[in-house]
Amino acid sequence: MSNNASYWSANLKLVAICMVIWFVCSYLFGIILVEPLNNIQIGGYKLGFWFAQQGSIYVFVALIFFYANRMGKLDREHGVEEE
Amino acid sequence: MTLQSLTYLVVGFTFALYIGIAIWARAGSTKEFYVAGGGINPVANGMATAADWMSAASFISMAGLIAFMGYGGSVFLMGWTGGYVLLAMLLAPYLRKFGKFTVPEFIGDRYYSKAARIVAVICLIIASVTYVIGQMKGIGVAFSRFLEVDYNVGLSIGMAIVFFYAVMGGMKGITYTQIAQYCVLILAYTIPAIFISLNLTGNPIPQLGLGSTMAGSDVFLLDRLDQVLRDTGFAEYTTNFRLSATNMFMYTMSLMIGTAGLPHVIIRFFTVPKVKDARSSAGWALVFIAILYTTAPSVAAMARLNLMSTIEPTPGEYMVYDERPQWIKNWEQTGLLGFEDKNGDGRIQYTSDADTNEMTKVDRDIMVLANPEIANLPNWVIALVAAGGLAAALSTAAGLLLAISSAISHDLLKGVFRPDITEKQELMASRLAMAGAIAVAGYLGFNPPDFAAGTVALAFGLAASSIFPALMMGIFYKRMNKEGAIAGMVAGISVTLFYVFQHKGIMFVQSTSFLGGMPENWFLGIEPNAFGAVGALFNFGVAFAVSRMTAAPPEHIMTLVEDIRVPAGAGTAVSH
Repeated sequence: MSNNASYWSANLKLVAICMVIWFVCSYLFGIILVEPLNNIQIGGYKLGFWFAQQGSIYVFVALIFFYANRMGKLDREHGVEEE
Repeated sequence: MTLQSLTYLVVGFTFALYIGIAIWARAGSTKEFYVAGGGINPVANGMATAADWMSAASFISMAGLIAFMGYGGSVFLMGWTGGYVLLAMLLAPYLRKFGKFTVPEFIGDRYYSKAARIVAVICLIIASVTYVIGQMKGIGVAFSRFLEVDYNVGLSIGMAIVFFYAVMGGMKGITYTQIAQYCVLILAYTIPAIFISLNLTGNPIPQLGLGSTMAGSDVFLLDRLDQVLRDTGFAEYTTNFRLSATNMFMYTMSLMIGTAGLPHVIIRFFTVPKVKDARSSAGWALVFIAILYTTAPSVAAMARLNLMSTIEPTPGEYMVYDERPQWIKNWEQTGLLGFEDKNGDGRIQYTSDADTNEMTKVDRDIMVLANPEIANLPNWVIALVAAGGLAAALSTAAGLLLAISSAISHDLLKGVFRPDITEKQELMASRLAMAGAIAVAGYLGFNPPDFAAGTVALAFGLAASSIFPALMMGIFYKRMNKEGAIAGMVAGISVTLFYVFQHKGIMFVQSTSFLGGMPENWFLGIEPNAFGAVGALFNFGVAFAVSRMTAAPPEHIMTLVEDIRVPAGAGTAVSH
């Protein structure tokens, strides 16, 4: 497999992992499983409600920086970073 | 000083600031305007993107909608932030590598077709004009309140100001102006939130205040709110679904995909120096956006609680109409708040039952602007909120109008129909296009299809169903050809428009909704605002099927796609 092809498949794998986290923290915890999660209370927040209105947003921010960081590493490993 | 003159002063000062910065930053840099983008630091670019992105819908409208929807309003919070994850991972770095200036330009080149470019321009215009209608609604609300006039008069004044502001021109590209606008709007949003959180819970951080107990008691704020709403017959705040879980899922998806498909946001990522910066710039943009978006749920819940306790100070004892506070009188003048004393007892009963409810009209879009007044905050805070709302609405409206006018003058005229026109003619065409867009959006804004955030949600649905799939497949699916992409875009936006128009009226003129707005006619119970996700699925499906039946794209396109997938050799963005 050529260097560019293996770079691309590593990238796709990373994107897939991030997309799973993205889906879980918003759609799964915030919508699909919101009712069972609401039985857990954190301070004044019901947990499902917290994910929908607070938690998912924090995860999104962390996720983008995680992705940017890992991609930077991949760029270097495959020698495809910009000059 | 009276509230009105204080408002004039603060709004006037911020406007002077923006114009001053624009003039200062412009000197000597007009030539740099397009190419220069290249030198913008990702953090600065992120802040400017945040200002560009957060509009009247985010600032004025969203918390008001959440206040009345409760948990159901989460679709806006997740939808309008989660889209940045898609942008950062699926589009921004690749489009930056490609290095062109408009979205239709990418589509035209990637799908080696002028027809694809024209279709992209049409989709872009439909989505952006709908978006501007939403801004106009927000601007109309803000002006009507602060000039103390009817909504329609406020909207007309707003249209004139937007026209002047956008035609002054170039402002959008000037990052420093947008950084100033971001600072104004974020201060204007968080300061009242801090005051109110402190008042109600003793915790100055609104994000924590929302999860705290009421000051001087051990009842949690959210539990109190649920209790108050239950007692008056409304749905519980923290568990109230927006129609159904399916609808919320699709609504959120539609907003996320739409975020990643809106041209005025995408082009922001062409202006950073490197592919690497396009990734982190999306992260910084989301940091600055998240400051407002994590504050909004607190603003919403606290505003609702304050509203309830103003109308019903002690349980069972409603407010006497003649003793109503000044803010109610002010908003009554705009026609956006209305009462009717049905049982003639001189008090305002506010209940969930339409027959006995006497608060007959509460436009959701007034909540954020009225919030500091409801909470009795000092006048300067109220004036600041006005300035913040206008900054949000104007910066986004101007950005959208520029996207529309550049699509018409750069992509359609110069790129396709009349390549030989002079720069001067191109500029003229773009001004005319801008004026046309303001007129259309303003006209439709007199009878907006929904509250500001709802209207904007429609625009996101349209962008989601047309532009995002074409871009994404252009990068991730090498085999996608022009036939597939064009068929997909046409199918996606047609399905979405058809669905929206049949329930909301053709061009949003309500009397022409041929199937009526009735929820019982909704496909799988999905409301029109949330239909963009279905349109996007349609787009993907049709594009895939058609591309399998037609010839593969030529060799040089395959090479182009492989090239944009690796960062090396990006160079700076060039215009052509």
